[in-house]
Amino acid sequence: MEESNSKAISVKALAKNFGKVMGGGDGSGSGAVAAVAGISFEVERGEIFGVIGPDGAGKTTLFRILTTLLLPDSGEAKVMGYDTVKDYREIRKIVGYMPGKFSLYQDLTVEENLKIFATLFNTTIEENYHLIKDIYGHLEPFKKRRAGALSGGMKQKLALSCALIHKPEVLFLDEPTTGIDPVSRKELWEMLGRLKKQGITIVVSTPYMDEASLCDRIALMQEGKFLMCDRPQAIIDSFGKNLFSVKGDNMGALLDGLREAKGVLSCFAFGDSHHITAEKDNGTSSAVTAASLKAELERAGFEGVEVTKTEPSVEDCFMELLSK
Amino acid sequence: MLKYLLEKEFKQFFRNKALPKMAVIMPFMAILIFPLVANFEIKNINLAIVDHDKSSTSRQLIEKVAAGGYFTISDVAESYAEAMNGIEVNRSDIILEIPARLENDLQREGKTTVQISANAVSAIKGGLGSTYLAGIIGEYNIEINGKITTVMNPHSITITPRFWYNPRLLYTYFMVPALMVMVLAMVCGFLPALNIVGEKESGTIEQINVTPISKLNFILSKLLPYWIIGFVVLTISFLAAWVAYGLTPVGSIGTIYLFAALFVLAFSGFGLVISNYASTLQQAMFMMFFFVLTFIFMSGLYTPVANMPQWAQNLSIISPLKYIIVVLRQVYLKGSTFTELHTPFWMLTSFAIFFNGWAVLSYRKKS
Repeated sequence: MEESNSKAISVKALAKNFGKVMGGGDGSGSGAVAAVAGISFEVERGEIFGVIGPDGAGKTTLFRILTTLLLPDSGEAKVMGYDTVKDYREIRKIVGYMPGKFSLYQDLTVEENLKIFATLFNTTIEENYHLIKDIYGHLEPFKKRRAGALSGGMKQKLALSCALIHKPEVLFLDEPTTGIDPVSRKELWEMLGRLKKQGITIVVSTPYMDEASLCDRIALMQEGKFLMCDRPQAIIDSFGKNLFSVKGDNMGALLDGLREAKGVLSCFAFGDSHHITAEKDNGTSSAVTAASLKAELERAGFEGVEVTKTEPSVEDCFMELLSK
Repeated sequence: MLKYLLEKEFKQFFRNKALPKMAVIMPFMAILIFPLVANFEIKNINLAIVDHDKSSTSRQLIEKVAAGGYFTISDVAESYAEAMNGIEVNRSDIILEIPARLENDLQREGKTTVQISANAVSAIKGGLGSTYLAGIIGEYNIEINGKITTVMNPHSITITPRFWYNPRLLYTYFMVPALMVMVLAMVCGFLPALNIVGEKESGTIEQINVTPISKLNFILSKLLPYWIIGFVVLTISFLAAWVAYGLTPVGSIGTIYLFAALFVLAFSGFGLVISNYASTLQQAMFMMFFFVLTFIFMSGLYTPVANMPQWAQNLSIISPLKYIIVVLRQVYLKGSTFTELHTPFWMLTSFAIFFNGWAVLSYRKKS
């Protein structure tokens, strides 16, 4: 038994390039595009692992390799100790995959869709009903309705039910919260929490940074690479700089003004304010404080300036990593 | 598992608004309508007559022409120029000009000439029309000659052609068996291929691919329903041909089903190859049309393969449609049995192996 077998997922130097026009995923166009550029990571059994990154970062490609739908160019990936290339049949028995795009039969009813996937995995709806009861309960009144006629949130619940019906050991959810309302999003995350308690390992991708804190560990992905992979709090703790939130009357000019300001290391727009980073004060008088920054900006002629020191979020860490 | 997948395919098929209706209407269209419109027999040719003679002989000739059923007298003109006007405004297709001394010459010299002028813009109508007309005049010639010359010349030879297997040379008899093949090709080639590509396009195939179901079961679940539907449609075609034209196969119906099964196997394999290379329905449709049109024109459905230039004849061996059309025509009209159909049998078997083998290989290559 190799050591890696005790992990739910172990990936070593995984790479996948897309040729000129391969259609698949978000491959852009000219030349070979590295969708996954040499990634190594591990996922522990029973944890919620989040892959966070903007559109086109390579999340879907990574998921498709892990769910045996795509062959990697190089490197290897194991799911529950099974190789994604050699043992793909075994993996298909024990993983559940919910693609980002709704991929159930729109012309079949809710119940028929669920029954198909139960049958394909040699099981029945009754056998694993306890797993999906919470989600499928919402859908039951509509079980005779065609899947195509469901709302976005309902479709998502049905897709999750179908991915769970065979009691998978590892569940892959590709952007499950994209395009659904905040209430459904919240419900979905609560659901994932309950599934985790059942011992199911969950790998979830999302473009939303605010969902990072709901994961046990996250990986920040950009252009096919993991910029960082750790617990959300550890990532925040490693920020290592002071962070200030700045508002003013003329936000556009303020951004330029901040970049000129003394002691400011980086500066980026963050929602309705600007976030700037500065070195942690180590007792010297040159350290930037909220008051010193406000004074400097007002000297430069900005009006209505508010500066507050804030705690960094995962998004700040991500922006900081990107600016390097 | 396969049973449930088949159930799913049938559910989807019958839930589709258009497909089940199309599957029933198509054989009827193909058998009842197409042979009537795709017909090389020429009827209703508009004939302009310029009769300079106005004798009883010329009247008899005109009556004979009009009675044949092919011609409609559209114009009776005083002069050739006037009749020509009729052609220019598309009122008539052919002019028959009878000279002034027709009766006179016939009685005195035993021969005369009439002039036939045809509008060759529609080459088939003009060409066939003037041939028919010459034929009718020829017959008339024999009739009046008979009156005059039976006693003098008892040894004249007349040729009576006899058309084997299709005695009345009915175009429908020739076309119907071939059109059945077209219908079968559409149902068993097009539909499963488009179905698979449709699953690719909607992404549902991904969801199926992450399940432990084997490729073979998946593909069978796609092909079997259309094989069954194809044979139902073929049977409807047989019935429609019987009801509409009284056309039943001279040979054994079992032979037809055997060859149809072989053809369906080959052609659905071809459909699978297309579905492997196409990633959108649009691509699949276009590829299908390209190849199916090529196959149809190379198959001898409309024009006999022997009429084609040599290179096209050589090329026609790649059309699986050619062989099955030959089989259906021969069994239907001639009553050929399996022993006479070795070549099509082996060719169709080779196609089945070739296309399905290619489908398996091209499937493995991808991802």
